[in-house]
Amino acid sequence: MGAPVFRPVRAKLLAGLLHPGVKPTLFALALLPFLALAWGAYTHQLGANPAETLIRETGDWALRFLCITLAITPMRVVLGLPPLVRLRRMVGLFTYFYGGLHLLTYAWFDMGFDAAEIVRDIAKRPFILVGFLSFLILTPLAATSFNRAVKSLGARRWQALHKSVYLIAGLVLLHFFWMRAGKNDFNEVAAYAAILTVLLGWRFARWWREPRSPSAPMRPTLSP
Amino acid sequence: MLIKTHRDGFIHPVASEITPQSVYHARRDMLRLLASGGAGVALAGWAQRDARAQMVQRPGKLAALPAVRSNVDGAATMEKSTDYKDASTYNNFYEFGTDKSDPARLAGKFQPTPWTVEVEGLVRKPARYAIEDLLKLSAQEERIYRLRCVEGWSMVIPWIGYSLSKLIERVEPLGSAKYVEFHTAADPKTMPGLSASMLEWPYVEGLRMDEARHPLTLLAFGMYGEVLPNQNGAPLRLMTPWKYGFKSGKSIVRIRFTEKETRTSWTRSAPTEYGFYANVNPNVDHPRWSQATERRIGEDGLFAKRRKTLMFNGYESQVGQLYAGMDLRKFY
Repeated sequence: MGAPVFRPVRAKLLAGLLHPGVKPTLFALALLPFLALAWGAYTHQLGANPAETLIRETGDWALRFLCITLAITPMRVVLGLPPLVRLRRMVGLFTYFYGGLHLLTYAWFDMGFDAAEIVRDIAKRPFILVGFLSFLILTPLAATSFNRAVKSLGARRWQALHKSVYLIAGLVLLHFFWMRAGKNDFNEVAAYAAILTVLLGWRFARWWREPRSPSAPMRPTLSP
Repeated sequence: MLIKTHRDGFIHPVASEITPQSVYHARRDMLRLLASGGAGVALAGWAQRDARAQMVQRPGKLAALPAVRSNVDGAATMEKSTDYKDASTYNNFYEFGTDKSDPARLAGKFQPTPWTVEVEGLVRKPARYAIEDLLKLSAQEERIYRLRCVEGWSMVIPWIGYSLSKLIERVEPLGSAKYVEFHTAADPKTMPGLSASMLEWPYVEGLRMDEARHPLTLLAFGMYGEVLPNQNGAPLRLMTPWKYGFKSGKSIVRIRFTEKETRTSWTRSAPTEYGFYANVNPNVDHPRWSQATERRIGEDGLFAKRRKTLMFNGYESQVGQLYAGMDLRKFY
C-alpha cells in the first residue's frame, strides 16, 4: 500500500468504489450465477442430472461468496481501501442467498419437501447436519444485517454475534470435506481450505499483534 | 342342402358371420391401445416388449455391433432406455477425471485398438486374447439392464456382449479358484485423471466365482447397437447389474483367477465407505447418502420424486440365492 507505484491505482480504486453505480453493478454480478442456473434449468441445459447440478452449484456459490465476504476486511486493510466495507453486507447477504438456495434445492429435489425424511436425513448423515447447522447459524447474521438491527443490538454485541461467521467457515469446510470424503477427492476442498486459512489466519495474526491493555477483556463480551 | 365337393374349395360363411370391417379395425385399435399404454403401464410393457427390443436406436456415432436377443432370465428390462447422450456424457471413469462430464471430454486420445486381454491365475488354460478373438468367442447378445450408481442415480442401458461365464468356461478354472479379479487400463499418456491420487491405479475390481459365473454377469463390448464409446469403457467392460456401478470395471486388460478375495481399489482407498460385495441394497445405506431411493437420469423430471431402489437392483429373483444366509449388513 505504501509503494508509490500503487498510489495512482489506489486513488482510482478509491474514487471508483465511491461511485454510486458500484453497488447496483455488484448486485447484478452477484445475481448472475443464479440467473444462469435458472436459465439452464428452464432450457434443460444442466446436463444429465439437473437436480444434482443445481444442488452442487448453489453450494459452490455459497462457499465462494463466503470467501469473498471474509476477504473484504483483509483487502480493505491491506490495500488501504476503506470504502470496500460498504460492499460487505451485500456480499454477506448473497452468501446467505446461495446457502438458502442450496438448502432449498436439496429439500426440494433430493427430499421432495418431505419434512420427516429431511429430519431423518439430518439425523443420519453428519455432513448434512453440519451443512444444516451452518445455515441455522448464518440466519441470525443475515437477519441482523440491517442498520436498525446494528443500532438496537449495539455495535459490540452485533460484532460478537457476527464473529460466528468464523465458526460457519469451519463448519462449511467440514461439510464440503465430508461430502467429498465419499470419493476420497480433496483437491477442491484443499483449495477452499487454503483460502479460508489465509483469510482467518490474517485476522488471527492481527488480533495477536494488536496492543491489549491488561484490564481490557481479550474478547468482546456479551454483556453491554 | 349343402353338398360339399372338392371343387368348392372354400365354404363361404353366411354374411352375418363375417366380421364387419369397422369391428375388425376396432379390435386392432384395442391391441394398439394395449401396446401404447392405455391399458396400464405393466401390461403395455408386456405388449411392447418385442417392439422395445428393436426400438433401441443406433446413435450412429461408432461402428455397429450386431447382436441377437438374449434368452438369459432378466436380460431385458422393459423400462425405457436412457438417452444415449446422457449415458455417454454422464460417467464416472476417474482415469479421465472426477467430474462426470470429464470422461466424455477427455477420453478422445484413448486407443481401444489394438487391445489384448490377459486371462491368468488359477486356470488350466491361461491365454492372451486379442479383442478381435474375444468379440467372436460367443454370440453377441443385447442385454437391457438397469444400472444403479452408488451415488444414488440410475439409468437403463442396452448393452451388447455375452455372459462372462462363456470366457470362464474356455480357460477352465482350477478348483482352487474362488475369486476373479479385473484389472483395468492405466495409461498416463491418454488418461489424464491418473495424476489424481484418490485411488491406487490401475483400478482393480473383483467378484466371487459364483457371481462371475452368473449368466447375468456380462462381458460388454457395446451399447445402443454400437461398440462402446471410450468414456463407457471401450473396448470391453464388465457389467453386473445387481451391483453398484463401480463394481463393473471398464477397459479391462487383465482377468485373474485367485484363491483370495480381491482387495479392490475402493475398499483399499475408503474401506469404511465401500465393501467387496457392493450389492444394490436399499436397506444398507452408504455413510454419506441414503440408498433407499434413486434418481432415474433423464426420465424423472427435475420435480419428480425419486424412485424407490429395488433389492439387488430388481434382480433379486435371479441372484438372491447367491447370498442366501449371508448378513448383507456385514458383507456390504
